[in-house]
Amino acid sequence: MKIQQISLFAENKPGHILAPMRLLSKEGIGIRSLYLADTQEYGILRMLVADCRKAVALLEANGYVAKVTEVVAVEVEDRPGGMTDVLEALDGSDINIDYMYAFPYVHGDEAILIFRFSDPDAAIERLQSAGINLVASEELLRK
Amino acid sequence: MSTNLETSSADCYPLSVPDYTPLDELRDLQLKRMQAVVTRAWQHVELFRSRMDERGLKPEDIRSLDDVKKLPFTQKSDLRDTYPFGLFASPMKDVVRLHASSGTTGKPIVVAYTQEDVDVWSSVLARALAGCGLRRGDIVQVAYGYGLFTGGLGAHYGAEALGATVVPASGGHADRQLMLMRDFGVTAMCCTPTYFLHLIDRAAELGIDMKKLPLRAGVFGAEPWTQSMREYIQKMSSIEAFDIYGLSEIIGPGVGCECRRHNGLHIFEDHFYPEIVDPETGEPLPDGTEGELVLTTLSKQAMPMIRYRTHDMTSILTGTCPCGRTLRRIDRIGRRSDDMLIIRGVNVFPSQIETALLETEGTLPHYQILLTRVSGLDQMEVQVEVTPQMFNDKIGALQELHQRLQGALDRVLGIRVRVSLVEAHTIERSEGKAKRVIDRRTS
Repeated sequence: MKIQQISLFAENKPGHILAPMRLLSKEGIGIRSLYLADTQEYGILRMLVADCRKAVALLEANGYVAKVTEVVAVEVEDRPGGMTDVLEALDGSDINIDYMYAFPYVHGDEAILIFRFSDPDAAIERLQSAGINLVASEELLRK
Repeated sequence: MSTNLETSSADCYPLSVPDYTPLDELRDLQLKRMQAVVTRAWQHVELFRSRMDERGLKPEDIRSLDDVKKLPFTQKSDLRDTYPFGLFASPMKDVVRLHASSGTTGKPIVVAYTQEDVDVWSSVLARALAGCGLRRGDIVQVAYGYGLFTGGLGAHYGAEALGATVVPASGGHADRQLMLMRDFGVTAMCCTPTYFLHLIDRAAELGIDMKKLPLRAGVFGAEPWTQSMREYIQKMSSIEAFDIYGLSEIIGPGVGCECRRHNGLHIFEDHFYPEIVDPETGEPLPDGTEGELVLTTLSKQAMPMIRYRTHDMTSILTGTCPCGRTLRRIDRIGRRSDDMLIIRGVNVFPSQIETALLETEGTLPHYQILLTRVSGLDQMEVQVEVTPQMFNDKIGALQELHQRLQGALDRVLGIRVRVSLVEAHTIERSEGKAKRVIDRRTS
């Protein structure tokens, strides 16, 4: 149930996101979700794309430093308490959330939460046994 | 028919008498001392003896000053390779002082002084300050760093030997420096020229009018500076600015200094023998031609230096100085024949940065050194390209990497640098080779 996410190093300066975006769009690679973690000087651009392998190869061929990270996509109802259920399921474990971000699901009332866990396999097990709905890669990245 | 008083040693400050030694006497003295120092080095320093043996040279082969050409050169790497005490010619019981400066591989370069060496050092610095017009009664603030660096203690002892009053302020704390200058009525300042530029800026911010201070002279060294910088300093502070030269390997500050004529730096030739050589071939060059300055210590006891390659580019000026000193002069040092950078008076080699990056990350990322000057102070930024091995998806890990690099460079260089992480392939490469240093310091 793990999903491959691309992370890209970018300096925090005007125009530094445009160039890699342009590259992906020229090759027809769509971005399902995008999140930018930043400091004053630099940032990490995190992307979910349909064809991860192709996108990484393309970025690397153009001199970018890109890394593939395994993240977990969790589907929650877009209502108060949706997020709490997920966190409750992890409570009492040693699993740390390295980072997370969220985006609304275009097909319905759900929101998608993307997590990078310190131990993704343990997290998946706990979430599934708590009845929380995880989204598979194919489903999430389908158009 | 000159009536200029300065041209007569009879009227000079007593300790400056050797500055006016008649030329033939000076050359005789130099030869005698050169023979003695070569003998001493040959007897007590393994490296010098073996190098002379390789050439079939004996100390008695030095029969004239011109014979200096036969002697092998000494390089900075020789000091590093014999770290810490391999070039000492005196037993430790006779060594009264050790100084050290930054080396290229994290190990410093060590220099030693006997009491006699310290006395010679103080005397040449006193003569340098006297040549700048300073006298007993002057209040001299020393704003070079005190410690392993030769600048602080060297200037301190020299000013004391002159009979001046010393304010040992050491480096940093600009506000306190200015307070001392004003409240103590300081008349002369010893520091790096860029630090003085910083003090000028800070004084303006604090509303202190430098021109109204009793300060009348600045003796600036430890880094190359320019005529336009001198003009700026003199205009902004109404002082007379002097260029002083020296290096730890030879003795520290006080190898040479300008006199009030400001046309080159007189080398204290009774203690240091200057030559100019072609930096590529090592062949001696005639006076008036630019090349690399090579120095031989003529009286050093603890650590004689034979034909030391300074990598400082200059020329020996022809003609005599109207001040009447018989000491030859070198031109202002403008550039170096190697890649050494001088930042706030501290020597930095790009290779030190390379070593630090390699040791910290186990890989050598592309990097570039960017030098700028902000309100008179040199700033150094090291831009490091993030490699796939270094990159991590977590911001915290990147910040740790940043701090790790920052810490490693601070430790190795001994000065504060700014580290920036930049995207891969963004540092310009020329013909496949990166341009390591961008120097935007303008003076």
